[in-house]
Amino acid sequence: MTVHPIIAALRRHKAGVILIGLQIALTLAIVCNAVFIIGQRISRVDRPTGINESNLFLVTQQYVGAPSSDTKAGADKLDTMELEDAAALRQLPSVAKVSVISSMPLLNSAWNGGMSTKPQAKSGFKMTTYYFGDQNMLSTLGAQLVAGRDFNAGDVQHAGFRTDAKRPVVIVTQSLAHKLFPNGSALGKTVYMDGSGSPSTIIGIVKRLQTPSTSDWASSFAYDSTLIPTRKDAFFSRYLVRAKPGQMKAAMAAAHDALFKVNPMRVIDDDMGIRSFASIRAEAYKQDVSMAILMGAVCIILLALTAAGIVGLTSFWVGQRTKQIGVRRALGARGIDILRYFQLENLFIAGMGVVVGLLLAIGVNQWLVQHFEMDRMPLGYLFVGVLVVLVLGQLAVFVPARRASRVPPVTATRSV
Amino acid sequence: MFAYYVDLAWRSLRRSRGLTILMVLAIGFGVAASMTTFAVFRAASGDPIPWKSGKLFVPQIDSAGPGNGNTDNEPPQQLTYPDAMALMRDHRAVHQSAMYRLGVSVVPDKAGAHPFNVDGHAVFAGFFPMLDVPFAYGSAWSHADDQHRAAVVVISSHLNDKLFGGGNSVGRSINIEGKNYRVVGVTDHWDPKPMFYDVVNTGGFTTQRDDVLIPLPSAIDANITNQGTTNCSRPSPEPGFVGLQHSTCVWIAYMAELDSTAQVSAYKRYLDNYARSQQQAGRYDWPPNNRLRSLPQWLDYMHVVPSDTKVSLLVALGLFVVCLVNTAGLLLAKLTRRSGEIGVRRAIGAPRRAIYAQFVIEAGMVGLTGGVLGMVLTALGVLAMRVVLPPEIADLARLNVGLFALTVLVAMAATVLAGLYPSFRAANVQPAWHLKSH
Repeated sequence: MTVHPIIAALRRHKAGVILIGLQIALTLAIVCNAVFIIGQRISRVDRPTGINESNLFLVTQQYVGAPSSDTKAGADKLDTMELEDAAALRQLPSVAKVSVISSMPLLNSAWNGGMSTKPQAKSGFKMTTYYFGDQNMLSTLGAQLVAGRDFNAGDVQHAGFRTDAKRPVVIVTQSLAHKLFPNGSALGKTVYMDGSGSPSTIIGIVKRLQTPSTSDWASSFAYDSTLIPTRKDAFFSRYLVRAKPGQMKAAMAAAHDALFKVNPMRVIDDDMGIRSFASIRAEAYKQDVSMAILMGAVCIILLALTAAGIVGLTSFWVGQRTKQIGVRRALGARGIDILRYFQLENLFIAGMGVVVGLLLAIGVNQWLVQHFEMDRMPLGYLFVGVLVVLVLGQLAVFVPARRASRVPPVTATRSV
Repeated sequence: MFAYYVDLAWRSLRRSRGLTILMVLAIGFGVAASMTTFAVFRAASGDPIPWKSGKLFVPQIDSAGPGNGNTDNEPPQQLTYPDAMALMRDHRAVHQSAMYRLGVSVVPDKAGAHPFNVDGHAVFAGFFPMLDVPFAYGSAWSHADDQHRAAVVVISSHLNDKLFGGGNSVGRSINIEGKNYRVVGVTDHWDPKPMFYDVVNTGGFTTQRDDVLIPLPSAIDANITNQGTTNCSRPSPEPGFVGLQHSTCVWIAYMAELDSTAQVSAYKRYLDNYARSQQQAGRYDWPPNNRLRSLPQWLDYMHVVPSDTKVSLLVALGLFVVCLVNTAGLLLAKLTRRSGEIGVRRAIGAPRRAIYAQFVIEAGMVGLTGGVLGMVLTALGVLAMRVVLPPEIADLARLNVGLFALTVLVAMAATVLAGLYPSFRAANVQPAWHLKSH
């Protein structure tokens, strides 16, 4: 079949062709970008934290009438209270492991700082998030040590929340280690934090440990964590608890009662006090999940709309050309030829729409890159988008085209 | 004539039922998707204090120095304690208040009741008239209370219900962090979103609600530490909360009311003079680098409206445009099909205007039906948003009559707009051409 008659026919329906082409172009542009956004969100939500996430929960509590952690005596008293709490939790039959810790991945409560290989540095810091806690941090989190050793009881010290204590030993993640020491192992090397002059030795390297912050501004150091064996004494404390398998619920309920038994003068918030890691994760990514759902809904509506538009307009064209179709059939065209005609016609219109749509899609993405700090869209998305739109066009055109192919040749002889 | 056209349109729409349903669905879904995201966007980007947002200003003083971690040479977003106190002492604005965020525990009187946490802010007396805080009972504390570091508190109606079972609790006392504070006022359901007076520490949209407001000097006296962001360009020389007060760390939010442009420029001069005096005193070794942003500028600068909300609005707008194009295409198909009928009407004397009127009414009817469908879908959409969106944003997207009216109006306007070109085509039908037999 030659393309010529199709083009000749389309030229008589300019407005309709332009409208449907424009619709396909806009659909392609929006769907590509929306799917790209969905893809980005999914990969964000799917990225591993580096910890063993099952059976894990976090207790956040606050002491009432606590002494000030700014004084030595106050900090000592608070530390004793924290240790009593941790001991009480450890004794619960449903609990496997407990760690006193300042934060955890995805919690969005972070203590950030800059690390340098030089003392009293003024610039050239590598951003990192500090996890303060006891020797059980790594083992309770379930993060994997790839080199060196874990903290032992002898490494652990304690200090008031706002008091700067020396940090003789630290454990860093592989990602941070590589940024600090791109050529060679970081193990045993000395680093300095926040422009201070006091040295810290890297005694261990963790394979992967995400930082608490999921904000965009913190994405450049999302895996650059530092563990510091210091319990930070404050009017509030956090305990990371790993329950024995299958006893999560029991452990969470028991933890609440156990802590109030140790000391009733404390606040454990009803909603945010004791949270499973699953709920911390859900909260951290709620915005991303909702954006992905929204974009998904928009895509479905758009594609359905475009398919409906194609069905509607092609049906109309089929109705308008019934007589001509009859003539062609009478002159020997088979049903399949008529079907092919409308399919090819659609491919032609969609093809033009796709060309415009590709330009639009790239333009929209550029604009989003400039104004909303989004990433550039890989060409794969465009390719898939084009495929989807073309296939959708073919599917949509099939129903009216098949009706056209069933027009009997005798129609040619009837007057309207 | 109108009734006749409505009747004609009704007959025509019924004749091609499939096409009509398709158009109504397209308009309905398109408008609903756009209106739903618009409702969220409007809620998130709305002016929290429209009657005076242009008069509220946030001063910024460069306490970090050039190239100290801040991009574009922008000064820090908060003030150091000494700077904030100097600005308070000089009292150059109509109203002003330094603020910092608190998280404190309240111990109920009732035996056996556990203590609980509340959020709040330490503020100055000027905070209340500056932000027009409504009171259910009592009033703000006085400037004298600030000076005397009085143990007074303004509580939210929510905390009032929780502690005192509602009612006028002015004069009663509550135990905050082990110290008694006398209630001087109860705010009247005041919970602005975004929390525009302190977006640095709350991000603007937050589920947090200020339940207690305490005089800032009293809070400092009682050693109630700040719960918000602290940014230090240099480590603090002394430890602890007192050290923080003497440090170059920024942690105090500040807002000032300036009623005229003259006052604004005078305040700018004042800030520059202040920074210069600090430079001369040797506290800062760089020239003044201040900002004085109005509240709307400040909210924009702080990116308070989540960029996701803006992107979804854009996507929804795109979807709406596709709906328009789709409807235009379908209407065109419909009207072109009826060229014969139009030819007859024109031949027996109908002017072009009449053809226009007929088809615009027909498009309007499709739009109205689509709009009603869109209204139902928008309601469902907004409810769905409440499930999927974070609560601090979703709570703001409320259904109201205005939104419904807007949905129907937008749907009708859009359909009529989409129907203009097809109507134009229809009206230009050559009667003689279409009267001939095919």
